[in-house]
Amino acid sequence: MSLIEIRDLTVHYPIRSGFWNRVTDVVRAVDGISFDIEAGETYGLVGESGSGKSTTGKSVVGLEQITSGLIKYNGVDITKKSTRKKHNYNQNVQMIFQDSLSSLNPRKRVLDIIAEPLRNFQKLSAEDEKIRVLQLLETVGLSPDSLYKYPHQFSGGQRQRIGIARAVATNPQLIVADEPVSALDLSVQAQVLNFMKKIQREFGISYLFISHDLGVVRHMCQNIAIMNKGRLVEVGTREDIYDDPLHIYTKRLLAAIPEVDVSKRDERMENRLKIEKVYQEKAKQYYDEDGLAYPLVQVSPTHFAALPQDKLAELTGQKRRDT
Amino acid sequence: MDEENTLLELNNVSTAFKIEGQYYNAVSHVDLKVKKDEILAIVGESGCGKSTLATTVVGLHDMKTTKISGEAFFEGQDLLKMSDSQLNDVRGAKIGMIFQDPLSALNPLKKIEDQISEVLDYHTKMSTEEKHNRALQLLEQVGIDEPKRTARQFPHELSGGMRQRVIIAIAIACKPDLIIADEPTTALDVTIQAQILDVLRDIQKENHAGIILITHDLGVVAETADEVAVMYAGEVVECGTTEQVFGDPRHPYTRSLLRSMPQGDMDVLNDDLYVIQGSVPSIEKMPQAGDKFAPRIPWIPASAHEKEPTMHEISAGHEVRCTCYKDFYFKSLEVKDV
Repeated sequence: MSLIEIRDLTVHYPIRSGFWNRVTDVVRAVDGISFDIEAGETYGLVGESGSGKSTTGKSVVGLEQITSGLIKYNGVDITKKSTRKKHNYNQNVQMIFQDSLSSLNPRKRVLDIIAEPLRNFQKLSAEDEKIRVLQLLETVGLSPDSLYKYPHQFSGGQRQRIGIARAVATNPQLIVADEPVSALDLSVQAQVLNFMKKIQREFGISYLFISHDLGVVRHMCQNIAIMNKGRLVEVGTREDIYDDPLHIYTKRLLAAIPEVDVSKRDERMENRLKIEKVYQEKAKQYYDEDGLAYPLVQVSPTHFAALPQDKLAELTGQKRRDT
Repeated sequence: MDEENTLLELNNVSTAFKIEGQYYNAVSHVDLKVKKDEILAIVGESGCGKSTLATTVVGLHDMKTTKISGEAFFEGQDLLKMSDSQLNDVRGAKIGMIFQDPLSALNPLKKIEDQISEVLDYHTKMSTEEKHNRALQLLEQVGIDEPKRTARQFPHELSGGMRQRVIIAIAIACKPDLIIADEPTTALDVTIQAQILDVLRDIQKENHAGIILITHDLGVVAETADEVAVMYAGEVVECGTTEQVFGDPRHPYTRSLLRSMPQGDMDVLNDDLYVIQGSVPSIEKMPQAGDKFAPRIPWIPASAHEKEPTMHEISAGHEVRCTCYKDFYFKSLEVKDV
């Protein structure tokens, strides 16, 4: 049994208009997606802005009212607030946000910020609480004198680590990390990513790692789902996605990542323009009449892609020829 | 080096900001050259002075609290000694600027066409019809599919990538010789980023312009730039062609940065990224003499650093600051905050 099982999750936002302000249409932010997160793994959710990846993350934590579908935690559906409470879900699932400055209360000291989840879920004495917070600060590599400082007194990377300390405070099993490093400089990004891995090794935490940065995702995640217009277009292991992308959207996304290897620059650009051309010409074939991705089909034990029937037939034919 | 092709030449440019009565250098002693038909990338982390350098060149600082020294020769004239009205004739006409956030750089109350005409109004004597045609032509040049429709729209009706295209259209409206692009793709998705960089490159080829591309993204630099200058703490620490800097990085900072990038072949659970020890000091605490990167590589003995670091040429056009690069090696470190 997986730690988290998501089945046919949909989140629709109503559009109201007209004299009676009736619901005339909906925005399908998340439109029927399913995936599993195993205990102790980092699951990558990749997509461009507006793909619905953050909405998915928020629904998993319970910050978003879902329209339909199931989110199972250890086999129990926790889409209802009362069941979440009963199964200590809110304590076991935490979140790290992208913007560390706006996710920390500017008027609270670090002690109060990190102790907040402790105060919510565990009844500790003032002294125990302080000891726990100091422990947490040590885990994320901040000095004990940070205890009585305010968020603005820290740099971006340090603030992000305070956010991580707060998320780890209740010993959660899953942390939803929504673009945790995209606002950080390269050297600080390395620090934060290392801390996330260190904590994962120490406490066996799972991450739902939401990012648009395919380089970082490749570094962090074993399993990856690519999201496009509210649907998943490709799901697979790191190797499946990076070495053998099947959907045109994934191919295009991978081709667009700039790389530091200067010697292959022209080759890469040619490849990118080629894929872009194919995308412009054939993108329609990969989406249905409404411009949405097809349902996922299995192509290997770990690899799923949203391919239309004819592409799939082509693919299996090709595989048969290869073997 | 061919002197005739040099568009902009910076000699010993320093910019100091006044903080509580005292001046601190945000940019110190920068020498750079931008040539025609070339993209020079200035790369560095936040606070390294890369944007300050750009705004210094085009004179966007409040002179009451800023001290600028050095020379910036552009077409034989020193930009740093120009009056505001002289600068106004250069900015927008001969030097175009592209900023990071396209939404705040556009006027929300004006239609796209009017925003493009504004530049043309200021710098040219075109008739209304000429302006209209030029605006449509520009929008087409930056890859907008339906220029007529876009011209009538307002900024909020456009996507981020479209807005950035409009900004580029405005920047190139008067066919500038030099385009300064400050983090032009940072707010955009990777696929859009690739398109915008293509547009920039095409325009540069068509107009034979020079581009200063300011960015923190090493990948973007490696894929677009011809020449690179790496900045740390207000100084250029390494410069050369892209092949030289990325193929054979020498300065400890450049090497550390490249090493801290995620690599594809690492183990997801156990492999850590390289972390540069310590952090960039704030501008008030910046050491004023000696190698500014020295505190972050403390295992390198002080004798390896120069007292007054200067640029050393290691091959034609490839320069590195300070002599410490000769003795530099990586030390594996426990991640600790100091």
